[in-house]
Amino acid sequence: MALEKITTVTGRGVYVPGDDIDTDRIIPARFMKCVTFDGLGQYMFHDVRFTEDGDEKTHPLNDPRFEGASILLSGENFGCGSSREHAPQAMYRFGIRAVVAESFAEIFFGNSTTLGMPCVEATAEQIVRMAEIIRADPSAQITVDVGSSTVTCGGEVFNVTVRESAREALLGGRWDPIAELLEADDAIRETASRLPYL
Amino acid sequence: MSATRQEPDTQPKSLFEKVWDAHSVRTLENGQTQLFIGTHLIHEVTSPQAFGMLRDLNLRVRHPERTFATVDHIVPTDTRIEPFADPLADGMIRELRKNCGEFGVTMFDTGSGKQGIVHMVGPEQGITQPGMTVACGDSHTSTHGAFGAIAFGIGTSQVRDVLATQTIAMSKPKVRRINVHGKLGPGVYAKDVVLHLIRVLGVKGGIGYAYEYGGSVFDAMSMEERMTVCNMSIEGGARCGYVNPDQATVAYIKGRPYAPRASEWAEAEARWLALASDEGCRYDDVVNIRAEDIAPTVTWGINPGQAIFIGETVPTVEGAPEDEKANIAEALEHMKLTPGAAIAGTKIDVAFFGSCTNGRMSDFIEAAKYLRGHRVAANVKAIAVPGSQIVKYQCEELGIDQVFRDAGFEWRDAGCSMCLAMNPDKLVGDQLCASSSNRNFKGRQGSVTGRTVLMSPVMVMAAAVTGEVSDAREVFKTEPNTVSA
Repeated sequence: MALEKITTVTGRGVYVPGDDIDTDRIIPARFMKCVTFDGLGQYMFHDVRFTEDGDEKTHPLNDPRFEGASILLSGENFGCGSSREHAPQAMYRFGIRAVVAESFAEIFFGNSTTLGMPCVEATAEQIVRMAEIIRADPSAQITVDVGSSTVTCGGEVFNVTVRESAREALLGGRWDPIAELLEADDAIRETASRLPYL
Repeated sequence: MSATRQEPDTQPKSLFEKVWDAHSVRTLENGQTQLFIGTHLIHEVTSPQAFGMLRDLNLRVRHPERTFATVDHIVPTDTRIEPFADPLADGMIRELRKNCGEFGVTMFDTGSGKQGIVHMVGPEQGITQPGMTVACGDSHTSTHGAFGAIAFGIGTSQVRDVLATQTIAMSKPKVRRINVHGKLGPGVYAKDVVLHLIRVLGVKGGIGYAYEYGGSVFDAMSMEERMTVCNMSIEGGARCGYVNPDQATVAYIKGRPYAPRASEWAEAEARWLALASDEGCRYDDVVNIRAEDIAPTVTWGINPGQAIFIGETVPTVEGAPEDEKANIAEALEHMKLTPGAAIAGTKIDVAFFGSCTNGRMSDFIEAAKYLRGHRVAANVKAIAVPGSQIVKYQCEELGIDQVFRDAGFEWRDAGCSMCLAMNPDKLVGDQLCASSSNRNFKGRQGSVTGRTVLMSPVMVMAAAVTGEVSDAREVFKTEPNTVSA
């Protein structure tokens, strides 16, 4: 189960402004009536992108200039609320490969890292500047460099924060921890045997 | 009582550290801890994909005896006749039954009399106990922290990890001690305490922290009140929140189906009480709040931190700090509230009483005390949804259901219902809902333009009978009648 080492993610960006964007917003609950994650991509941010009649609203994710963007920029506490992995799964299936935000809710952060979708933290000023760059030139390339903790956007380099545990996991190809967890068979048995319950 | 006295060499430790250390399997390559999960709870929404991954990897469930299942998010609360009208919901309950059957997991199904919201079932069955690590693919797993367990929500890939290995990879959080000193005033409830804490500390204030709640207010709380506060830890950004175990904890667990047997009881009780944080242990942060400063609290916006006391006014964009202006403007636009106006008097369309935050027996007893003899206002749709079948049956034995029916509430079966509207219970259009649930996110209650005002159950009763957001202390001025129990 060797995984790809994720060192950099490059693509075009799309800015979804706002703080505290919750996972209900990213994937409304009614789309979670499913037993697989297949097909969730089309419902990403559904209710802010479409009217109840299914018509497109004005939203950066509907803007043809940002079609095909794979790096999403946002504000503080991105992915707060429900633990639903459906949220990062929908983003990944939509084509998002990295998220740059001021901060991330913890469960979302872990779920995204496990999918190999890096979440890196930048300051409000940096994100505003990156948003300006991609607004002026939607074809501007963004590179999220996990190793050097930088985001390069339209030629400008921004020093950002990549949480140490996520960096190690992404660079080492261990972002999905299942293989490493399974290795510890004896240690798991030993821990279970010393617990005073069940 | 404390571990310090038994082992004078060791430093005083918080409960969090003791439980974390006891469950640490090893340190992973990236520096995270491989943490053993003592108790795993699953439900129909976030587990099917995990079982699918397990099959893809050709893995078995390592400890089926440590996983317990129930169905809560998608079950209709008006009828239990199967197949459910919604074929997708019906497919999900069938999938859970199939997975539990195939992998040998105990399921508290709709026919068991023990089904309910997963965070109700664990405590009711005595499955949740002090000193455990508890994980569930649901962010409100923090509820179980009321027992002095370290309990947190996980994603579906982590549900897979727990099923396959009984462990997850996790970074050790810091610990923030939150003291609430003093005595809560009349009409101020656990729900007000937690809404106030989130308002003060912010919706992201708890990121990277486990919250330890203490002080005289928590010491005096019942287990169910502690569950209400711990439940909403995640709304303040903290993945887990807990209260140190004490005699109230012990008394709650005693006699429940999964409680330790009589022969093991004394040992378990001593062990649980010794888990409490040692005096003088180190916290990464300490916050002190005065109980007397807390009044009945309601939300006015689109996250649980956007909360005010019932006597306060809705904020204005102009009066807000610069970095808050955009968020406040967005919330005001969605809520269609007048900036600067009193929140009291806001017309409601729906009253929702239930959820894993406030769907327990003591919530129903307290709400019924005040509701008795009143009628739901014209044009208000009111539903009362017990969090579990056990609560429902107890209410029916005590005649509490009749108090709600007589008042004009619909009396429902157990489930998550309108807290997240993955079932037929939904807001319509821009209805405004006085809700005892935990999230007021845009669209949360099933309508894109629907509006949620979070509050305590007794405040929901006041809103239901007046048809507007109201101060329950004024609406129910007279001493409450006693329930016929």
